[in-house]
Amino acid sequence: MSATRVQLLSPRTLPLLSPGRVALFLQGGGGPHRGGVGPRFRSLTSPPLSCSSSSPGRALSGLSTTRRGLPKEKMSENGMMSRAKVLTIDTMNPTVKKVEYAVRGPIVQRAVELERELSEGMKKPFAEVIKANIGDAHAMGQQPITFFRQVLALCSYPELLSDSTFPEDAKSRACRILNSCGGNSMGAYSASQGIESVRQDVARYIERRDGGVPCDPDNIYLTTGASDGIVTMLKLLVCGEGAMRAGVMISIPQYPLYSAALAELSAVQINYYLNEEKCWSLDISELQRALDEARLYCNPRALCIINPGNPTGQVQSRECIEDVIRFAAKERLFLMADEVYQDNVYAEGCQFHSFKKVLFEMGPEYSETVELASFHSTSKCYMGECGFRGGYMEIINMDDDVKAQLTKLLSVRLCPPVPGQALMDLVVNPPQPGEPSYEHFIKERTATLSALAEKAKLTEQVLSTVEGIRCNPVQGAMYSFPCITIPERAIQEAKLTAQ
Amino acid sequence: MGKGVKKPFTEVIKANIGDAHAMGQRPITFFRQVLALCSYPELLEDNKFPEDAKKRARRILDACGGHSIGAYSASQGIECIRQDVACYIERRDGGIPSNPDNIYLSTGASDAIVTILKLLVCGEGRDRTGVMISIPQYPLYSAALADLGAVQISYYLDEDNCWSLNSAELGRALNEAKQRCKPRVLCIINPGNPTGQVQSRQCIEDVIRFAKEEHLFLMADEVYQDNVYAEGCKFHSFKKVLFEMGPEYSSTVEMASFHSTSKCYMGECGFRGGYMEVINMDPEVKAQLTKLVSVRLCPPVPGQALLDLVVNPPQPNEPSYTSFMKERTAVLAALAEKARLTEEIFNTVPGITCNPVQGAMYTFPRITLPQKAIDKAKADGVVPDMFYCMKLLEEEGICLVPGSGFGQREGTFHFRMTILPPTEKLKVVLQKIRDFHSRFTSEFS
Repeated sequence: MSATRVQLLSPRTLPLLSPGRVALFLQGGGGPHRGGVGPRFRSLTSPPLSCSSSSPGRALSGLSTTRRGLPKEKMSENGMMSRAKVLTIDTMNPTVKKVEYAVRGPIVQRAVELERELSEGMKKPFAEVIKANIGDAHAMGQQPITFFRQVLALCSYPELLSDSTFPEDAKSRACRILNSCGGNSMGAYSASQGIESVRQDVARYIERRDGGVPCDPDNIYLTTGASDGIVTMLKLLVCGEGAMRAGVMISIPQYPLYSAALAELSAVQINYYLNEEKCWSLDISELQRALDEARLYCNPRALCIINPGNPTGQVQSRECIEDVIRFAAKERLFLMADEVYQDNVYAEGCQFHSFKKVLFEMGPEYSETVELASFHSTSKCYMGECGFRGGYMEIINMDDDVKAQLTKLLSVRLCPPVPGQALMDLVVNPPQPGEPSYEHFIKERTATLSALAEKAKLTEQVLSTVEGIRCNPVQGAMYSFPCITIPERAIQEAKLTAQ
Repeated sequence: MGKGVKKPFTEVIKANIGDAHAMGQRPITFFRQVLALCSYPELLEDNKFPEDAKKRARRILDACGGHSIGAYSASQGIECIRQDVACYIERRDGGIPSNPDNIYLSTGASDAIVTILKLLVCGEGRDRTGVMISIPQYPLYSAALADLGAVQISYYLDEDNCWSLNSAELGRALNEAKQRCKPRVLCIINPGNPTGQVQSRQCIEDVIRFAKEEHLFLMADEVYQDNVYAEGCKFHSFKKVLFEMGPEYSSTVEMASFHSTSKCYMGECGFRGGYMEVINMDPEVKAQLTKLVSVRLCPPVPGQALLDLVVNPPQPNEPSYTSFMKERTAVLAALAEKARLTEEIFNTVPGITCNPVQGAMYTFPRITLPQKAIDKAKADGVVPDMFYCMKLLEEEGICLVPGSGFGQREGTFHFRMTILPPTEKLKVVLQKIRDFHSRFTSEFS
């Protein structure tokens, strides 16, 4: 394999962003939208519409006049003509309508309603609504790490640096962070790629984690949570039309950010099924099946994997990770490794192996060619700091011109939230042995992770005793995804209700 | 320079970006106290913090999952904060009601602006959504339109009339655009960026009337609403004017107004706090909007907390009131003084014409460039005002943004400079630019 072959993601295959360019946007995915989350087949064959409605042969049945650009006049009760709105369900962005995000979908909306009713005194068969839908640790009572919050308080209100109740190691980190901020304030914008000293700390963390495999801070991008980095990368990757539209492989089950982003970007979703019988592991043969089929209707370009998995909790074996890398190399796929649960590993015999580390340990044939983006966040692990929206991505082997485009794209949103960047700095640069806060920090961290491990075990144990529920071991992450047997009658009733 | 390389200057002065803290502006003490209390609630026991700060911190924490700013919030933003924002809007607008359900907290105003534009873009070819934006404009708009594949419809602000907006120009731009796209949106930044103009009430009414007649969704970017300096100028929110124009307008015109924690007297850019208020949005579209924002979970909670303080600052009977008002007034007065100074000094320079900086944080003076300089720039493959700014950077270490980055009438050149450096430093910067301009003019004459 030549080390000089053209990269997958190059300026030729990247939709160029240039200000003021008249839209050449064509509805991509002119072929069918395959993929799991039920998008309806859209009729994408309507040619550009002219203002005249008298052209023959336009298959515009079912479209309201608003879609043809003529405001629909309607008579209101008092006889006054009133116009339809500018922005209606028919005249809004069609890709947004295809987006679904179940984690905060209809059940959660109903849950919020029920909570409100309970607080207003309405009687229910339960006294509280338990929100076990979302990976939000603090909302469920998990305590923040004291050291982190001390530093954040110091950064917010530096007058506290003269307060003797704060330990020296917290103060020294706060000073370091503030010194890297414009005007020594967290209120200044940072560089769009993120505060440089924080990116350097992230790089060192990665090197330590990966047994010394080098990490270049210039390949680190701080982000507004991992979601932001993931969507940004997907955005870069999406191009082409019709049968050449970018296809992105995602696991089923998946975290619905991916399907939502693909729907919004009109990329093609390519589902590969994780193996429930084998503890949700990944089979290369299944990857191959999904890919080969997808090649008929799109241009597969990316492979996304979440490890440890969401919602399934599986921790992929090292061998599996190598297989995935080999597959990505062979099939010329950009790898996206979502590793936000990297500290959440519970099961005996399971260990987190970063894709970056495994890639480099496979030697230059792979480490110099496979294009990879790895994602991490402050929201999970033992920190649970979802509200801060802290995250980063590490980009490996990205084409320089594309990297410049990425940097330019990020600059439009100025920068990720600085408190989140500061928090990420602490996550990757926590108290060290010998520092005043070390023991207390380790105690808190250990307590949180072991509680999660215990709950993972308990969950599998209890659910496995239930007839009709089959629960795989919760090897990692924060979720259980048991298989439930639903009686046929219930299925029928559900179908009737859906109509 | 960090490496010791010698330059004709000792520091680079970044007058390119509206980042007040980076240029030495201090944060509001009260705000940072509350944020510290929210970050590390153990401090609630610390008697160094005033009671009003503690009270607000407790209120915010009580509204957070698990009483922690580390929990995700509702995607639309913490409910009690949205209520506080609505109250703020009502007070600001002389009692015109604001429904908290129409408030969406966001990751800076930019986030909300892009979200609304995203909703609005549809159609193909000549039916593609067209969005009217001012020239000059804040380049988030052009970037977002390019990214979304929408059609940019440029309308020129009137430099000879203090960058005001006139309906005739709006009409011209719209009619021309109808041939190549489907115009659906009109964006306006008031007070303006980069131009600093504060639109008159009459002008705002005209814009609303135009939007109604032409069936356009109005987007009012009002992040500089407290930054008004010039005599006779006043901020009128689009929302307020809309409602004062009566139900024919207030119950029909669809609008989104945007605000942020990044500007005004707060300058808290790094927190990425913001909100939008949507008016007369179709309920089905609103449901789609709510769904769309849920995918990114929620805006940063520290930014939401900060916004809460901005809309709910210390009141006259509270302990922190006096020092809060002192700090706020000092910041705004300094900005007003710097706005005046900037206009004054630039207008003494032959070849630089500077409109009054009525508001916001920038000046956008027009520069006359000698033909030889223009030719040299073109020979170098660089836009002339970029050439000018690059030279200024290399010779004086002053970083400005060329007018071409914001748009300008063909054949004219400008630069945008912030008025944020501390007054003494600003004076030096103004003098250096003045001297540079004469040197530049001589060099290329």
